[in-house]
Amino acid sequence: MQGSGPAVCLGRDIDTDLIIAGRYLRTKNRSVWAEHVFEDLDPALAARIRGSVIVAGRNMGCGSSREQAVVALREAGVVAVVAESFARIFFRNAVNVGLPVIEASVTCTDGARVAFDLDGGWIEVDGERYPARPLSEKMVAILRAGGLVPYWRSWR
Amino acid sequence: MSTLSEAILGAPAGSYVDREVDIAFAHDGTGVLAREALREMGVEHLPHPERLRLVFDHIVPANTGTTATLQAELREYARVSGIELSDAGGGICHQVMSEGVVRPGMVVVGADSHTCTLGALGAFATGVGATDMAAVWASGSTWFRVPETIAVNLTGHLSSPAEPKDVALAYVAELGMEGATYRALEFVGDGAATISMDGRLTLSNMAVETGAKAGMFYADAVTVRHLAEHGVTASPQAPEDCCYERTVAINLDDIVPLVAVPHRVDTVREAEEVAGTHLDQVFVGTCTNGRYEDLARFARIVRGKKVAVRTLVFPASRTVLARAIATGVLADIVDAGCTVGSPGCGPCLGAHMGVLGEGEVCLSTANRNFKNRMGVGGEVYLASPSTAAASALAGEITVPEVA
Repeated sequence: MQGSGPAVCLGRDIDTDLIIAGRYLRTKNRSVWAEHVFEDLDPALAARIRGSVIVAGRNMGCGSSREQAVVALREAGVVAVVAESFARIFFRNAVNVGLPVIEASVTCTDGARVAFDLDGGWIEVDGERYPARPLSEKMVAILRAGGLVPYWRSWR
Repeated sequence: MSTLSEAILGAPAGSYVDREVDIAFAHDGTGVLAREALREMGVEHLPHPERLRLVFDHIVPANTGTTATLQAELREYARVSGIELSDAGGGICHQVMSEGVVRPGMVVVGADSHTCTLGALGAFATGVGATDMAAVWASGSTWFRVPETIAVNLTGHLSSPAEPKDVALAYVAELGMEGATYRALEFVGDGAATISMDGRLTLSNMAVETGAKAGMFYADAVTVRHLAEHGVTASPQAPEDCCYERTVAINLDDIVPLVAVPHRVDTVREAEEVAGTHLDQVFVGTCTNGRYEDLARFARIVRGKKVAVRTLVFPASRTVLARAIATGVLADIVDAGCTVGSPGCGPCLGAHMGVLGEGEVCLSTANRNFKNRMGVGGEVYLASPSTAAASALAGEITVPEVA
């Protein structure tokens, strides 16, 4: 599974409240979450993350179990999220909604070209290749299916 | 020889296992999304509705027509699918589950990050997202990576005015916000036995603030007695003191009142260092500190006095509320000028009933002080119910006196 896009660099410990604030949770309309994604971190971010790869520091997605956080990123058109480490529920949620997550330590510059190959276990930033921590077989299978819902449908 | 996580999940750390789940619960927020995912999966029949619970706690009673409608749909789904519902006012999911539902040795998943709270009962309990929860509804099972374990070795005894919340803040500060990511914590040592069940639930609750998957105590006489009070028979578990990745030592004798300052849970100071910080609101409650002992400690300090700042008190469950009424604790709180809300999460996540305004400062007994969490431009300090009581009386952060 491969993908690429320009990097949007973020810091460490980006919590789920910063990704999507609690005040926007009470809806089933996913476009609301995409519209307000990262609003409390940087209101300008939502407009420039479509087609990009988010590159964060350690402990990406810490805090709440709210799945709206990963759905917001996916609906906003984020191609993948790379981080030095992830909070575990965010990591699992991302896979479950079909948003590729890549655990790797990379040097990030805004706009750098990021490419990744989950099967190959690598990520490249402006041509420089870094190893990515491998996902479990099941997680790769879920991601390949496009998330846990389509994975489920294909197996039952 | 194994850790408690390894014993319950039945495999060594690092392995991936599929496990039947004994109890799975979601709340009014995550339950709506789980229901949507289940619909998209095309699942109609739930194989094990008796293992499932829905607990309305996040925005209850509903704050808007939209919220009310979402809750009405989920309430109806609970009825037709046979999922037991704890409706608005019953209490916070983790508290309700701790009152005789979860037992030692169970595998528990909750669609809320603070599900780790239930590790206090000797269960393997961890948070999942809504789609994972839908898959559990559909199959009765889920997959886990068996975590490595960090031991938090407690020695000594807590003495007033320090209390379990201060221990929780101490270990979060020691480990940091990602110090235990993908790992389980086990609270062990002679000091663990001295902590009440309410206190254990507080300690386990904050495990996720270190990134941990679970925060566990071995079931002992305290656990057995707690469950007996809720009509459940349970047996103690035997600690094996084995296989820890590392050990963090905390001497309870050394613990003093602590405060986590904005906007990180792991930036912890002695309450004395931040004493005098002006407050606009004090909030007592949540899955961290809304239990009976918390309310009783708070009430003991405010009894016969008047709070100097807007003070909101939300019992963690109807059971807690009823006990606080029966013992006079609630009357002391009301007489002191506090506003009492219905059992639930209250303003913890900034959705209703106590949201902060721009520039307002709140001292809260909750577990998160992330930027803007309780309202855009608001600041949150986290502390114990005793520190909250002393601070409410003074209108500024104040170190509680020795009881």
